[in-house]
Amino acid sequence: MSWAGKILRVNLTAGTVTSEPLNMTWARQYLGSRGLATKYLVEEMDAKVDPLSADNKIIWATGPLTGTMASTGGRYTVVTKGPLTGAIACSNSGGYWGAELKMAGWDMVIFEGQSAKPVYLSISDDVAELKDAAHLWGKSVWETEEILKKQAQDPQVRVSSIGLAGENQVLYAAVVNDLHRAAGRSGVGAVMGSKNLKAIAVRGTKGVGNIANPKEFMRVTFEKKKILADNAVTGQGLPTYGTQVLMNVINEVGALPTRNHRDVQFEGAKDISAEAMGTPRESDGKPQLVTNQACFGCTIACGRISKIDKTHFSVVNKPQYWGATGGLEYEAAWALGAANGVNDLEALQYANTICNEQGMDPISFGTTLGAVMELYEMGVITKEMLGIEAPFGSAKALCELADLTANGQGFGKEIAQGSKRLTAKYGHPELSMSSKGQEFPAYDARGIQGMGLAYATSNRGGCHLRAYTVASEVMGIPVKTDPLVAEGKPELVMAFQDATAAFDSAGVCVFTTFAWGLADLQPQIAAACGDEFTLENLALIGERVWNMERDFNNRAGFTEKDDSLPARLLTEAAKTGPAKGLVSKLPEMLPKYYEVRGWDSGGRLKPETRTKLGL
Amino acid sequence: MQKSLHINPEKCTGCLQCEMACSFENYGTYAPAKSRIKVFDFHHTGRKVPYTCTQCDEAWCLHACPVEAITVDKATGAKVVNETTCVGCKVCTIACPFGTVNYVQETGKVQKCDLCGGDPACATACPTGAITYIDANWTGLNKMAAWADKLGNQPAA
Repeated sequence: MSWAGKILRVNLTAGTVTSEPLNMTWARQYLGSRGLATKYLVEEMDAKVDPLSADNKIIWATGPLTGTMASTGGRYTVVTKGPLTGAIACSNSGGYWGAELKMAGWDMVIFEGQSAKPVYLSISDDVAELKDAAHLWGKSVWETEEILKKQAQDPQVRVSSIGLAGENQVLYAAVVNDLHRAAGRSGVGAVMGSKNLKAIAVRGTKGVGNIANPKEFMRVTFEKKKILADNAVTGQGLPTYGTQVLMNVINEVGALPTRNHRDVQFEGAKDISAEAMGTPRESDGKPQLVTNQACFGCTIACGRISKIDKTHFSVVNKPQYWGATGGLEYEAAWALGAANGVNDLEALQYANTICNEQGMDPISFGTTLGAVMELYEMGVITKEMLGIEAPFGSAKALCELADLTANGQGFGKEIAQGSKRLTAKYGHPELSMSSKGQEFPAYDARGIQGMGLAYATSNRGGCHLRAYTVASEVMGIPVKTDPLVAEGKPELVMAFQDATAAFDSAGVCVFTTFAWGLADLQPQIAAACGDEFTLENLALIGERVWNMERDFNNRAGFTEKDDSLPARLLTEAAKTGPAKGLVSKLPEMLPKYYEVRGWDSGGRLKPETRTKLGL
Repeated sequence: MQKSLHINPEKCTGCLQCEMACSFENYGTYAPAKSRIKVFDFHHTGRKVPYTCTQCDEAWCLHACPVEAITVDKATGAKVVNETTCVGCKVCTIACPFGTVNYVQETGKVQKCDLCGGDPACATACPTGAITYIDANWTGLNKMAAWADKLGNQPAA
């Protein structure tokens, strides 16, 4: 058990909210969260729908371990067809919202149709209703949360919402909960905005109680928490430095994409690193980092809480930004910093804060801005068009263009389209650092070869969270592989993709995988859900989820041609560092990857693969 | 030796493992809404503060109860609500200056921390040592030791 056993279906066109039992056959085959929500989506929806039309559906889903004492068991996933990519979009978030939904007695909420006017969904245990959101439209994520809590006269209401970026349908708008936790990627916030759905406010007091074997569950989750505590990465590195522990490391290995991937090392890396965040500033003698913070149920606590320098140009006369708030994670610090050649830590924190406040993915925004700055230096985009000079390294341009993009003003409207559409419009599609239209995160495919294949084959477009082979290629987890070679990477990428799909579907955080393997997750799921969840079964579920997503993308029109990288990574060699002289070896890896996947040369599932996985 | 729950807010990350452990111990479900220990989140400062009953010696709740439903557990010193005696009058919730006795609609009784009979689940579950169960006479020992360390462990001048 461990599922609530009930889902909510909300038809925004008709304005109806209905309860239905969870499909337990699917729950056993797809577990929950990412896997189960995707199963509902692919069964109910034509893969060719326009992502921003009423025909698209969008699902908020928890997993069987969400809302339990399993460490990091607080996650939920938003699944829809993504407007940035046209592929499956699947974005997950921590904070407290997911656990609250589960504790109200719901495994997931499926939204279909499109509301004629702004609405929000209010859930209080069994009672769920659509309410008018006229007073919330035009508000930021932060204002929306505050208003809904005040309105309910309950500070413990949890809110998952969009800010102005989602309302303006920025193609990489995020869904944000608990002020600064985000289902950040693939533009799930834009889909929410297109449906005139502002927020889901939930209060759950029932709790999660139907654990299959409660005593064993308490014992095994305690044992696995100890593994996290004793591990150098999850017990020390992440709580102390956050994911930012990586900035100097990845720069050293020559895989820190810099200035729109022109370079692979950034001379300003140390200025925007975890160490810099912990160093007292000259202005006030205090470091930017205030403390670390956990999401619901998390015993790692990698989250950053920071305070911006009040004297920084970006926040002069803006006291609303002076308090403690979500700080820089590695991917955001890279995208807002190195990707644009900006080494001003306070400017990065400002842009990051705007992304949280208005619900915008800092990775896609930062990487798109990198393309804008390159086009600016080429003279294609001018100061007159932008309203500001924007050479690489300009902290002023970073802050101002973050404002314009989130608020849907001026040239921000073009940046809001993402790098693929923007660079194509200005005649330089080769400058979009993306796969399937989604911008790359913070690892260069030339310096960490496995990540090139992971980006090219990621079901949601360029992404580090579908197969984090950095763990193996750089950190030696679970075994060290050479980041500069192609050999063995197809198998490695596939193994990471499938295992990650299983973790995501369980409702726990992928960061546990620095210390846990599937063999550590399995007994926790078995104790919560039943003994049928053996290691073999769980591995098969991961592989099934991956192939189901791929199959959806194929039906949406994606082919082997879309499993690609930009020419820059395939033809322009890395200029410095350990990978100097190397390009991505994707052409070497891709055919082998299809082979180990059981796909044909067109990247489609072979009949025997379908049979094996029950698809 | 009597022990008491000791809270160090600086170590709290806001994970709510304590709230889940408390509700599981008492109701068999993971439900922070039913927890007797609450973590308060002050997002403008980044601070999180766990708060629960401190088991006062001269407990207001105990003295206020008209039916003597609240008694002292001699082994732990905990002030314990006897649910069969409690009539749900809520006078103790008014008497308690700290708000740590609360009425439960579902049962019609009040609930408060009873130190789990001497092995508090919240302290066991806390991953950072923000909640500990230690010698009641020496709750300040760690803080004293930390300050003493500055004198005792610094290199000689």
